[in-house]
Amino acid sequence: MIRLEEYIPIVGQSVIDDLRLIATRLKGKTIQHINSTSVGGGVAEILNRMVPLLQELEVEARWDLIKGGEQFFEVTKKFHNALHGYSAEITKRDFEIFLETSQQNINDVNTCGDIVFIHDPQPIALVKKKQDNKWLWRCHVDVSNPNEKVWNFLMEYIVRYDAAVFSAPSFSRRLPIRQFLISPSIDPLSDKNKELPQEVIDKVLRKYNISKDKPIITQISRFDRLKDPVGVIEAYQKVKQYVNCQLILAGGTAADDPEGLQVLEEIKARAKQDKDIHILLLPHNDIEVNALQRASAVIVQKSIKEGFGLTVAEALWKAKPVVASNVGGIPLQIKHKYSGLLCHSIEGAAFAIKQLLNSPEYAKKLGENGREHISNNFLITRHLRDYMLLFLSLYHKEDIVYL
Amino acid sequence: MAPLSKAKEPFRFYTRLHLSELTGFRATTLGQLVKLIKSVPGSCIYHHTHRFLQQHQFFSPEPPNDFAYWVTEILGEKELGERLASIDIMQFAKIHDLRDKIVSTIEEYVQQGNNAQLKFAREGEEFYFIKSVSFVLPTNHVAENLADFVEIMKKVTFDSIYFHIFEARLRLERETNDFSNWIESSIGDKELADELTALDPYTRTLDDLRSAIIGIIDKKLFEQ
Repeated sequence: MIRLEEYIPIVGQSVIDDLRLIATRLKGKTIQHINSTSVGGGVAEILNRMVPLLQELEVEARWDLIKGGEQFFEVTKKFHNALHGYSAEITKRDFEIFLETSQQNINDVNTCGDIVFIHDPQPIALVKKKQDNKWLWRCHVDVSNPNEKVWNFLMEYIVRYDAAVFSAPSFSRRLPIRQFLISPSIDPLSDKNKELPQEVIDKVLRKYNISKDKPIITQISRFDRLKDPVGVIEAYQKVKQYVNCQLILAGGTAADDPEGLQVLEEIKARAKQDKDIHILLLPHNDIEVNALQRASAVIVQKSIKEGFGLTVAEALWKAKPVVASNVGGIPLQIKHKYSGLLCHSIEGAAFAIKQLLNSPEYAKKLGENGREHISNNFLITRHLRDYMLLFLSLYHKEDIVYL
Repeated sequence: MAPLSKAKEPFRFYTRLHLSELTGFRATTLGQLVKLIKSVPGSCIYHHTHRFLQQHQFFSPEPPNDFAYWVTEILGEKELGERLASIDIMQFAKIHDLRDKIVSTIEEYVQQGNNAQLKFAREGEEFYFIKSVSFVLPTNHVAENLADFVEIMKKVTFDSIYFHIFEARLRLERETNDFSNWIESSIGDKELADELTALDPYTRTLDDLRSAIIGIIDKKLFEQ
């Protein structure tokens, strides 16, 4: 278990002192996080770190899960795609399935926290149990242009919360409740982000038969169409005409994402017999993800929609040059031509990757600037601070709060 | 003035931590921007003119306020962007006055008959109005004299320096920054207080600002 004091060499003593100071103002309050999966995806990853750190700060924190069957998660995946603006056939039966499982969870889940912190749409209906405690809804998805039918359905629940939290300003809409902007974060000491000896990196490359003599382009993400893995292959193929490189598409699948394996098969078909395309299914092996990122010359995140894009923060933390789509929370992390390159198309991505492979000094500078930006704004200590302030804001309506 | 003599009143360092609250208001054109600047809460004006100071403290060069950045980078109006970026915030004692200056700068520019009003931001690049919610907390650091003060200045967070320099003056509408105020009223050194007041914090990173304050006080202590 990583202790708070281990972050001091990275963020400084005073940042940790501030966390301890804020935590004293939350004494006696119980924070209850609720989501739908304990493994896979950014939400589970953050909660796995966040809950123990809150506990170390002597803030009572717990983490509960809702239950749902295959049908329920198929429906919530449809919701997820629809919230991202994808046209999806959502039937009356889909809504019924959602409501039936939600009712089951309303019956089964004990929402005893002083502050109940609901993550994403899957458990959203639990708010029907709201009494005189405080309820927060954390939206991790890009809802800048949602399917109105699904959004309106969710709105019936959203308005019952005390406040909502979004990851990017473009996700905000006029709401009758308070809404806050809190970006997610990465943990610099986790297996996915900590420094690795070169032997570990080399061992992982050998394991997957990846050669070190050609530059590596990598996209790490769940196998999901919204991450545009096919677009990444097409961009790679354009680059490959000029630079002899290789491509890694690596990721896991989340328990609440039934589409993953299907998308994986589509990508394999698209890659055909190119021996320089490595498609790796890494079931939650953080050290291997870390090693692959560190071994890469360029990291790509060519998402079509993106809640935040933690893989961008992970890559920048490793001072890697990144080419990423200008969507969702990505522009918060990358200032174009300063801490990475933003793109809007496959052609744009290919051009940017070529630029970085052919100009290593430029690439290095972008990576270094990126690391500085992540260090100042997107580490878990900042996230922990924001969450504690968010909890306090539920008890204060004013813009300047004296504690 | 005896620098190591005890101050009339000790100086307690506070820290200010902020949370960004979304408003749901967004502007696509310059017309919408100026209309919303006139009506949003003062906390929004404060946020968009001060956010960069903290979030991009090590970035250089970065525009000093969000309005200037958006007008320049998204609408492509570089001249107006420069005019907004060069508004001297130190000249304004109240958010209300700063808001009026931003509005008049945009309106005067538009009245020149250019086509700035015809430009609009593409989807996703609109200006989103956000407001700052500040949480002010006392720290354990208390200075009894100038030597204490300098030692504490070396280790307090940027948030604490930020609070006493920026937030205290403009948002809490105190006449000057807290450091100058204490040095004048409790240490009794008006000359030193004025020297700190004369620093323009808006053209420095917080790290530079810390070094400048420490340097000025150290020099004073050395001279004694």
